[in-house]
Amino acid sequence: MPWTKVYGDKAEFEKMAGVTPGLRGLTYREALLEATAQMLASDQTVFVLGEGVDDSAGVFGTTKGLHERFGKDRVIDTPLAENGVTGIAIGAALAGMRPILVHMRVDFMPLSMDQIMNHAAKWHYMFGGKVSVPVTIRSIIGRGWGSAAQHSQSLQALFAHIPGLKVVMPATPYDAKGLLRASVYDGNPVIFIEHRWLYEHMGHVPEEAYTVPIGKAVVRRKGPDVTIAAASYMVYEALRAASALSGQGIESEVIDLRTLKPLDMETIFESVKKTGRLIVADTGWKEFGIGAEVIARVAEDAFYDLKAPAARVALPDAPTPASPVLENAFYPGKGHIIEAVKKMLVRK
Amino acid sequence: MKDELLKYGVDTITRELLVEMYSMMLKIRMFEDRIVELYPEQEMKCPVHLYIGQEAIAAGVCLNLKKEDYLFSNHRGHGHCLAKGSPMGPLMAEFYGKKTGCSRGKGGSMHVIDVENGIMGTSAIVGGGIPMGVGAALASVMKGAESVTAIFFGDGAYDEGAFYEAFNFASLKKLPVVFVCENNFYATNSHQSARQPGCRISDSAAAFDAHGVCIDGNDVIEVYKASQDAVSRARRGGGPSLIEAKTYRWKGHVGPEEDFERGCRPKEELDYWKEMCPLRSFKELLLKRNVMTEAELGRIASSIKKDIDAAVRFAKESPYPEQDELLKDIYCGG
Repeated sequence: MPWTKVYGDKAEFEKMAGVTPGLRGLTYREALLEATAQMLASDQTVFVLGEGVDDSAGVFGTTKGLHERFGKDRVIDTPLAENGVTGIAIGAALAGMRPILVHMRVDFMPLSMDQIMNHAAKWHYMFGGKVSVPVTIRSIIGRGWGSAAQHSQSLQALFAHIPGLKVVMPATPYDAKGLLRASVYDGNPVIFIEHRWLYEHMGHVPEEAYTVPIGKAVVRRKGPDVTIAAASYMVYEALRAASALSGQGIESEVIDLRTLKPLDMETIFESVKKTGRLIVADTGWKEFGIGAEVIARVAEDAFYDLKAPAARVALPDAPTPASPVLENAFYPGKGHIIEAVKKMLVRK
Repeated sequence: MKDELLKYGVDTITRELLVEMYSMMLKIRMFEDRIVELYPEQEMKCPVHLYIGQEAIAAGVCLNLKKEDYLFSNHRGHGHCLAKGSPMGPLMAEFYGKKTGCSRGKGGSMHVIDVENGIMGTSAIVGGGIPMGVGAALASVMKGAESVTAIFFGDGAYDEGAFYEAFNFASLKKLPVVFVCENNFYATNSHQSARQPGCRISDSAAAFDAHGVCIDGNDVIEVYKASQDAVSRARRGGGPSLIEAKTYRWKGHVGPEEDFERGCRPKEELDYWKEMCPLRSFKELLLKRNVMTEAELGRIASSIKKDIDAAVRFAKESPYPEQDELLKDIYCGG
């Protein structure tokens, strides 16, 4: 199906578009821009705020020109006050709006942790369900070019730890558009995490507005030998690894988690039941991370489906270094996944 | 206050309003006093931060607000809710952890809500409610509503970055907000002078191009006038105001006791402020000016007592939440 198909790069998509009539392509950044523009156009309660949302670059192109189309009152550039502005978005949500708050980097979100975890996450529960906080907080993971320790973190596990928040990490343009709309209309605070290396990815994106359900993973590639559950950018590394392994007679099943909280364990259980082997590839740190959670749940509820110990492909327990040599050693990719799969199969 | 009633331009204040001011202050005082009385029974199993001594501020500000105006408060929020119109029963039941509580037993005394009266939930993180209040004001402007948002916080919250971030934004966007800083001089047990160099909270408004005023927070008419001014400025699009109302809390930071016994502050200081009781001086004024008679004042007190009795009965007789409530309402719509 065109909306679950992942294209390795733009050229691959264009080749497919050439032979598939009506296959409309957008990049990940364009998909986000289109989703936001459609919501701004159709719903007066939706507005965008954040540092630099109206600048000429438009948050890597994802909000570009929106202030001209919808006015600076609905596409609001804000002071550098992450915590305060997050609280303002939450308060506006309580008063009937559906704000989309944009942080240029995930790394700026710790500044707003009080409002996110003590306020947004708690408000529905703490007041017995009488109010809700329909706020979407978009933020971006950087990577490479010496971004270093404060501009490249992957903090999804931090947010996924907190009851009351939802956490999504779309990997494809189709999901970026559909999940953004689903987040805005979810009714709960949703942390929407994008990866900078995905912005140029192209895929099939229908023009009309649609939602992709929060809490549903998708199988991107089928295979009987090993399950690779991946999030965000790591979905592509997993697919590259899977296609390399295929040449060696190993068929992997690649699951794109899409939503981290709530986690779609059904899809993972089903796959592990079939393959008996599980690798979790995440953009974040290994310790206390997404991989730890997924594997713990499999160990708790599907332990006897495993034929081999599960494995994690994730970041080492260190801040991000700047030097390209160290950066290269820091980030895991296709090679690490292949290595993990082979190690696991040898145990057989 | 004494003989200086005229300095407030009392001609603009009706007898009815004076009675309302008194009734509201008394209601808050008696409500909080009842908590003090009941707390040792240990049936109210949550921390309580009492408002005794500060009643004139909630009463004076909220008499300028309409039902649809928003109010954001904090851990010491009982008085604000009552003054904004919240019924006593659901508040009291919340303190008892009951299903009928305003937050259905999930919030406790620090987390009360009354959506119908514009109270969208109180934060117990110092300063935490301030940005939320500014956000509600932003929403009301975007929706073209004419509501004003009043945000109550203490001198402790003035230490927090959240205040500056939110105040700056409110002033930048000329939002209809009244920032009410209840300066009771203590953040838990730390005196203002140990935390702030100038101790001139209202002066900082100027740096943000907003209106600031410092008033006697124990003088309900002064509070009423200052907030009337601030609310009308907000309503006509003149932006936010910062009212610093100096006052004093009689009880410790938390709980029903007076904390001087534990060395938290000098007893003489508490005695001095008790002399300046906002209720007593106002009552004397009402009597002296023949606004009301002792008998009328007495009737108000007994009617409040009856309401409190009913609220306590309601709270005590209400059921606790069922255990399966534990995992409900973590997310909406799911």
